[in-house]
Amino acid sequence: MRKNNSEVSVQKQDTLLMFPYVMWIVLFVLAPIFLLVYQSLLNVDGAFTFENILRYFTSVTYLSMTFQSFLYAGLITLVTLIISYPAAYILTKTEHKELWRMLLILPTWINILLKAYAFIGILSQSGIVNRFLDFIGIGRQQILFTNFSFLLVASYIELPFMMMPIMNAISEIDPSLIQASHDLGANTWATIRKVILPLSMNGVRSGVQAVFIPSLSLFMLTRLIGGNRVITLGTAIEQHFLVTQNWGMGSTIGIILIVLMFIVIKLTSNKKARRGVSND
Amino acid sequence: MKKVVQLILVILALILLLLGMDRYMTQSSSHSAEGTLTIYNWGDYIDPSLITAFEKETGLQVIYETFDSNEAMYTKVQQGGTAYDIVIPSEYMIERMIDEDLLYKLDDSKIEGMDHLIEDFRELPFDPGNQYSVPYFWGTLGIIYNDKMIAPDEITSWEDLWKPEYQNNLLLIDGAREIVGLTLQNLGYSLNSKNPTELKEAKDKMSTLAPNVKAIVADEIKMYMIQEEAPIAVTFSGEAADMMTENEHLHYVLPKEGSNLWFDNMVIPKNAQNLEGAYAFISFMLRPENATLNAEYIGYSSPNQTAIEHYLDKEIVNDEQFYPPLDNIKNLEVYENLGQEFIEVYNDLFLEFKMN
Repeated sequence: MRKNNSEVSVQKQDTLLMFPYVMWIVLFVLAPIFLLVYQSLLNVDGAFTFENILRYFTSVTYLSMTFQSFLYAGLITLVTLIISYPAAYILTKTEHKELWRMLLILPTWINILLKAYAFIGILSQSGIVNRFLDFIGIGRQQILFTNFSFLLVASYIELPFMMMPIMNAISEIDPSLIQASHDLGANTWATIRKVILPLSMNGVRSGVQAVFIPSLSLFMLTRLIGGNRVITLGTAIEQHFLVTQNWGMGSTIGIILIVLMFIVIKLTSNKKARRGVSND
Repeated sequence: MKKVVQLILVILALILLLLGMDRYMTQSSSHSAEGTLTIYNWGDYIDPSLITAFEKETGLQVIYETFDSNEAMYTKVQQGGTAYDIVIPSEYMIERMIDEDLLYKLDDSKIEGMDHLIEDFRELPFDPGNQYSVPYFWGTLGIIYNDKMIAPDEITSWEDLWKPEYQNNLLLIDGAREIVGLTLQNLGYSLNSKNPTELKEAKDKMSTLAPNVKAIVADEIKMYMIQEEAPIAVTFSGEAADMMTENEHLHYVLPKEGSNLWFDNMVIPKNAQNLEGAYAFISFMLRPENATLNAEYIGYSSPNQTAIEHYLDKEIVNDEQFYPPLDNIKNLEVYENLGQEFIEVYNDLFLEFKMN
């Protein structure tokens, strides 16, 4: 009846509702990136220069640091994925799905610094783990400040971000598809491989993005848990902003990190699969 | 939609309520801006009873804010968002702030008790004649060890840190100047060296230290040493004093090659609002009784000669690790502001060392 009128008002409403979001993106996403690019083209005296980017690509230190960051972020992603996928699959099958989901989210309510300090208490020489090892006769081991402890704590912290999207993706799969697969003679293993896995790939992709990207610049954990024996790009950025106050170089590394993240997103997002899953 | 609006309204109402309560509480506790003195200091770096005593004596309300690094302090003072009346930075930062004209030149006639200070500390290179700053605490960089795992006299010098038997035993402080500096001193050079060959030598020397390093951490050193996570650490004398009161097995060594002599001094920033109050505070802290209380509470070395001679516990004052004889001061070097270029050189050396 008054279709046209209401459509116009809906459009108006939509623009109005979009306003806070657009402002947010402009002020807190686009403007900072622009400032970062601008800063990265300045040297310490504020003159225009490309020396920062040249310095980055000619420095063995920075390049090997980038490599290390990728290596550790990759390992963290792998560990969380290996734990998350089977766990998410089993949890979606359980009765109290909501309770399990709740328990998964719970640790993310606690500040990351507090979690790191809790792990120091657990892993240190006089911590619970070492007291247990001592008790069963293995003797105290150096756990804190090792690559292992860094991987363990980082994976613990990132685990919910991998688990949640995978759980969502698996629980969104239409149960009739799984029934059909069984009816057509596929066993459980074949069903997982041919039906559930392909249909949950989107969850895996967003999980990988949500874990890999922040892991590239975990700088606080590298000091608290890794004792600065593990160095990531975040360490260098922190140093340039806080100690040397060479904001240009710090921004340059930040820009490189952003570019690397975009590459990761591009590589992990698959347009074909997305079209296949949407139910349009 | 209605529910969302309701939710937003509830949140807004809550925020307004809390904001009102916050306003009410701060209003009832503070007087007008006229009668306040704003102090910007390191965390846990004053005996709180002194603040109360100062407020009582002068009738001023003290607003006490803390920072955790000189650089963070510098940024805040330079941007001038808050007008601080007293700030307590370290020596190299004071030199930089003087260069950048951020500090008031002190009027000596308004400060009582400058004569209580140790003579040698009145003519230091970062502020000759104390024209801009008044010493608050001082100390050295040294080695702290646990006698359960290390025999006494096993460690007497920086060079001892390189001993192969200490593999994976050291905790180092996360500071480029400290670690590069101690390596330079170990090689017999100045810790303010700008000589490329000396720095190259230091770089090679540092890379041979890497196997002994268990971790490079910051304030956590205190906790780790008390909990006996590691047998040896490189740390500041003041921090060491704190640790030693918590764990009696810990001992502090001032290395024989020499060390860094650091100072935290009181300064008045250019944008201070209450100059009279600031001078009153400096004079108040210079009084030997107050300097003693503060030194006993914090455990750092006092620059107040009168307090050292007449008030402080003899056992503390006679400990050469914390009050080294100052005729030997040529071994103890003060950090100079290196300038941007060499700050970066030092930090790059340190970053490479961490990557080892």
